[in-house]
Amino acid sequence: MKSLPLVWFGALALAACSHPAPEAPAAAKPAPAASVAKATSEPAQAKTLPAFTPPAEADIPTGPLGDEIRRGMAIFTDTPEHAHDYVGNGLSCSNCHLDAGRLANSAPLWGAWGVYPQYRKKNGRVNSFGERLQGCFRFSMNGKAPPLDSDVIVALQTYAWWMAKGAPAGEKLAGAGYPKQGFKPQQPPDYARGAAVYAKDCALCHGADGQGQQVAGRHVFPPLWGPQSFNWGAGMHELDNAAAFIKANMPLSRGGTLSDQDAWDVAMYMDAHERPQDPRYAGDVAATRAKYHDTPMSLYGTTVNGHLLGSGTAK
Amino acid sequence: MLRILALLALLAPLAAGATDAATSAATIVKQGNGKGAAPCMACHGVDGGGMEVTGYPRLAGLDAAYLQRQLDDFANGTRANPVMQPNASALSEDERAALAKYYSAMSPPARFAKPATTPDAAGERLATRGDWSRELPSCVQCHAPGGVGVGANFPPLAGQPAAYIEAQLRAWQQGTRHNDPLALMQHVAKQLTPQEIQAVAGWFAAQPLPRKEGAP
Repeated sequence: MKSLPLVWFGALALAACSHPAPEAPAAAKPAPAASVAKATSEPAQAKTLPAFTPPAEADIPTGPLGDEIRRGMAIFTDTPEHAHDYVGNGLSCSNCHLDAGRLANSAPLWGAWGVYPQYRKKNGRVNSFGERLQGCFRFSMNGKAPPLDSDVIVALQTYAWWMAKGAPAGEKLAGAGYPKQGFKPQQPPDYARGAAVYAKDCALCHGADGQGQQVAGRHVFPPLWGPQSFNWGAGMHELDNAAAFIKANMPLSRGGTLSDQDAWDVAMYMDAHERPQDPRYAGDVAATRAKYHDTPMSLYGTTVNGHLLGSGTAK
Repeated sequence: MLRILALLALLAPLAAGATDAATSAATIVKQGNGKGAAPCMACHGVDGGGMEVTGYPRLAGLDAAYLQRQLDDFANGTRANPVMQPNASALSEDERAALAKYYSAMSPPARFAKPATTPDAAGERLATRGDWSRELPSCVQCHAPGGVGVGANFPPLAGQPAAYIEAQLRAWQQGTRHNDPLALMQHVAKQLTPQEIQAVAGWFAAQPLPRKEGAP
């Protein structure tokens, strides 16, 4: 394992070059090595994005529309309880979208609503907001996609729509998504350093074993890997997403206190643990990596500590 | 069968009491240790439920590791308190460990299962939603829904005397209490106004504590 951090970017870039992705969406994507180098040399986005403040919860209207908005909020903040047919793990939407989906730099719903429909490289087609939510259930919730006209999707859409009321449609807003732009580690992320950060700043809540903590059968602190966490198809398994989320928001209430390097190292540590299989599994790990995870931001299909990630046997 | 199980549950603490350490814990609770430590029940109640008026906290049913760390911190001065420091210092390390186990094995008194009373709206909002414009998570995000507590580091707030919760929040705020992991409570408490401290303490004090399974 010790050699991995040093050769990390190079080795994965080589692997990417030797297996050109066959399908159009992946081919349209720049080669990973090039995209990393390009992003590193580019300064953070200079133009100022429009700011937005979502309406207050106290302003949720009364009546049937307000009821649906509140139902969406309830699903969002306690997903296993209110959408149990579609959830296959111990997570809730609000674990990664803090403050019930309202918090800037925590992928707020008001930042997402207005930028759909959107073409997504992940599936090579234009996705509606509802289809994007279906992806959350399939990957981040390790469950199954609720039908587009289901109560769950309609309620979540209504909640997101309400939260984005007054925001300019079709524009990227300040605080949307996780702050990934220009956020790079000085050194390649390192598992051993990440383990030290985890023990010091994360294990208090998420447990030394990463399985979170439960009270009365319900997760109070979310599991970060293992069978009750997000699967290998979820965005959070990619290092840049995880590092940006962690830097901006962790430890809870102390966002921005970890160094950039610590955030990347601990993101790598978290994402170098085994988790549920990618539901698009293509028969073997190498083929699945080539088809869906051909980026240095994914450790799927790489070997860390002698374990082939994605092969499903390690804890 | 159920009766037998219930009886066994009742007897379990007594059986544990057969060991020397636990016997001495029961004695210290009632009589003190004869070396300067006062009987715990004088302030924390015969049933371990604390005293609402004076703000002495409930100990019955709290996590053993949490209780022991507090006793150790009182003893070594990491947690300051004019009453508890001399008492904890007069206890041996084994006695502190035995007392922590003793109280954690005790069921919270039945009166804590009472339904919640008139929750304060501002207190409830802080407790259950926080205020992220000030980087203030909801209290229940770490102390569990209803404030029933999580593990060794996030003690229950439900049913604790409002005066106790208020005093702790003020102590975190002023830095006179600083034995919190990652300085989480100091950071959070510094954001709170005196009115908010009162409101949120009142809300948690009014929350019911679910009875432990098998409790009489």
